[in-house]
Amino acid sequence: MKARIPALASLAAVAALLCVLPFTLSDYNVSLVAQVGIFFVAVLGLNILTGYTGQISIGHGAFMAIGGYTTAVMSRDHNTNLVVTMVMAFAICFVVGLLLGLPALRLSGAYLALATFALAVSVPLLPLQWSKFLGGRDGVQTAKTVSNVWLYGAAWAVSAILFVLAWLILRGRVGRAFRAVRDSEIAAVASGIELPVYKTLAFGISAAYAGVAGSLFVLATNGFAAPDEFGIVLSLKILIGAAAAGLGTLWGVLVGAAFIALLPTVSSSVPVIGSSHGQDVVFGAAVILVMLLLPGGFAGLLTQLRRLKRA
Amino acid sequence: MARGLLALDHARLRFGGIVALDDVCLEVAEGSIVGLIGPNGAGKTTAFNAITRLYRLDSGDIVFDGRSLRRVRPSRVIRLGIARTFQNLELFPNLTVLENVLVGAHVATRLQREREQKRHALETLDDVGIAEHAHRRASGLPYGTLKRVELARALAGRPRLLLLDEPAGGLNHEEVDELVGLIRRLRDERELTILLVEHHMRLVMEVCEHVHVLNFGRTIAAGVPADVQRDPAVIEAYLGGELAA
Repeated sequence: MKARIPALASLAAVAALLCVLPFTLSDYNVSLVAQVGIFFVAVLGLNILTGYTGQISIGHGAFMAIGGYTTAVMSRDHNTNLVVTMVMAFAICFVVGLLLGLPALRLSGAYLALATFALAVSVPLLPLQWSKFLGGRDGVQTAKTVSNVWLYGAAWAVSAILFVLAWLILRGRVGRAFRAVRDSEIAAVASGIELPVYKTLAFGISAAYAGVAGSLFVLATNGFAAPDEFGIVLSLKILIGAAAAGLGTLWGVLVGAAFIALLPTVSSSVPVIGSSHGQDVVFGAAVILVMLLLPGGFAGLLTQLRRLKRA
Repeated sequence: MARGLLALDHARLRFGGIVALDDVCLEVAEGSIVGLIGPNGAGKTTAFNAITRLYRLDSGDIVFDGRSLRRVRPSRVIRLGIARTFQNLELFPNLTVLENVLVGAHVATRLQREREQKRHALETLDDVGIAEHAHRRASGLPYGTLKRVELARALAGRPRLLLLDEPAGGLNHEEVDELVGLIRRLRDERELTILLVEHHMRLVMEVCEHVHVLNFGRTIAAGVPADVQRDPAVIEAYLGGELAA
């Protein structure tokens, strides 16, 4: 109860800042902060699965691909309203996530990681298989493209809605069941929690979030969906974002998302090694540093600071 | 004796070459406190795991309130009214004590408001004497407190039958005395039936109305504590240990 007031205040401050930013930033920087919003949605989704329910996924780029192609194809073929395509991406990925969550029930730990890794590798190859419908190597172009400000507004509106949704899901009985499954499956079962229900549900919700992020991701690349955009690196980035955020909390997600969205840009301007090739090196080094110094992610750092203050 | 709420009927279970439960017949009368004792490896915890459906019997049956548990899924056991604690603690370490109890109430609180659920959970914590720890994370609390958290979590599911796996394990003398009173009180106030596995003989003798002794998966004695204590087979099984003294 006591923790709620500062939490709400910081939330309001972040929201206010995000409302003001587009009026002060350059168009390019607006697009960067929009990227943060897009990754915010994806990391938030992965956090529900990995952080709250304890199931790892290195395959969330695959769900982003499914969401992204949903938007691109619907727009190309029917000129569907882009917001509607996002809702569709959410729904389709929710169902796909539920279905893929079923085989995942038999897997955990490294085996689940490998299975989702396979997903990340194979799903972006599907457009090559069904190239007539999904554009093959050339990709799919939406009927309309959007401005950076539109993208910014959409990304953060979606972020806000899905953040509140996540909070509503996680605060009560369902969220507790998720975390119980993560902490001890055997005790969760003894308490009457149906593992298959909650594990697949977490997969579905998490995939749906990634799907919407994928829609926005495609809009951010000028409405162009192509297989290469959704490679394994994207999946890894989301996982890194979730780890940097601190698994199992909602507050670190913003920092985790900023970390993966902005670091590649920032690191390309680092002196000596920063270049179009060097940025991967800097990104890698930064990831290693964060993992070493902040094993609990940004959220873990907050907890530690609070403890220091009390002591 | 009242009718049996729980009955093991010729329960048999083997792991490879080891017979963990060998034709065990056991009846727990409604409202009673029954002790399940025996040396290490006698099959006590195995019996609990069979009752809660973590293990599947090879033959025989387990009947609760007139209903066979053979086809019941593990997650349904609590819905039928059987809750348990674990020998080596199976808590949710990253959840608060209160949240642990709320998870225990998962099936009992389906339609309740969050506030109502929390009030009930706090009452349960108060009942086992650890309400002051409600908002602490479970990990890092003392062992005796964690045992109580597990007990509260089991009670939160509003069971009719409570299975306690070594409730006195790791507790000091004083804590065991308290536990005796607590178990009796919970049984009376909550109209529980209790089956407990325990090595702590004083607790068993003081709190149990009926004792069932296993050795190598077989029943070697059963009866009121005083008789069982004098049974030569039991004394031999314990190699003249605590019981003979």
